[in-house]
Amino acid sequence: MLNLALHVGNTKTPEALLFWLMAPLATLAALGMVMAKKAVHSALLLAWVMITLAIFYIAQDALFLGIVQVVVYTGAVMMLFLFILMLVGVDSSDSLVENIKGQRPAAIAAAVGVGGLLITLIGRASLGRTAVGLDASNASGNVQGLAEQLFTKYVWAFEVISALLITAALGSMVLAHSQKIKSRTAQRDQSIARFRAASLANAAGFPSSGVFARHNAVDVPALLPDGTAAPTSISGVLEARGDMIPSAPFQMQPVKEEEK
Amino acid sequence: MDISYYLYLSAILFTIGAVGVVVRRNAIVVFMCVELMLNASNLAFVTFARINGNLDGQVASFFTMVVAACEVVVGLAIIVTMYRSRRSASVDDASLLKR
Repeated sequence: MLNLALHVGNTKTPEALLFWLMAPLATLAALGMVMAKKAVHSALLLAWVMITLAIFYIAQDALFLGIVQVVVYTGAVMMLFLFILMLVGVDSSDSLVENIKGQRPAAIAAAVGVGGLLITLIGRASLGRTAVGLDASNASGNVQGLAEQLFTKYVWAFEVISALLITAALGSMVLAHSQKIKSRTAQRDQSIARFRAASLANAAGFPSSGVFARHNAVDVPALLPDGTAAPTSISGVLEARGDMIPSAPFQMQPVKEEEK
Repeated sequence: MDISYYLYLSAILFTIGAVGVVVRRNAIVVFMCVELMLNASNLAFVTFARINGNLDGQVASFFTMVVAACEVVVGLAIIVTMYRSRRSASVDDASLLKR
């Protein structure tokens, strides 16, 4: 028993080596996550921090939590983050301009204060304490030990948290659901609308962009057989954005009759 | 190596996450910083479990993970809804109640 207390109070050398190798990397990655301009970089650095923490869990006799950390956090949660990032727009990078004046220095000063307070408190409470270690609790295996706690002492909390999980899943479905206000216009509806229109000028559909023009690009209006430009051949989006190239230089010039 | 170094690391990560929540403007990055804070508290839980020699801390850490998963699901759904109506994921743009 004395031997046990001796070797877990101050952790063994391999663990110290692991800690001093991984802890600075985790801290740097966390700093990088806060400072990275692009959200994708932040996500990747956060994944690295989570993997580091999983290694620390395993090193601290929390095998189950280490595996769950990799599966749930770096697997499911980070994938969800990246998925939403792709949905919302990868290039939605943050503007690093301060909106509230002096917010950033104030935040950093406050953080240094909170961090110092936390570290000194923790140091006062736990520095030099000999850890009991989990060898006795994990005697029949870490998963078995956790399961015993979960289904006896914490069974009520376990049930409540399962209800919370189901509620969250339902809530997110309700939040992300968007109701269609009007039905989609299909090709058939468009065709009917063309023939019911006041004039049958567009019954055959609008001309495609670039037809008969000297440029075959989508932003150049098509030329009609009489040589005039057809603005209806350009997508309304391009027109609204002002990306339409005037077709005047591409129009056919009237052929001059040369006298012989 | 003293075992409380793990707690120091946890405190440092928590602080970095808190700075990120306050400083960053992109709602998704803010959420990531919240995740970092939750992870840091998990590390503290696991270390306390080891110091005290029982598994209660690990169970608490497990519950934190479940709550964090719920929080991410609902939060990201809110971000998507916000993005749909305002075409932006910036926390500064959601200021309709100000005026």
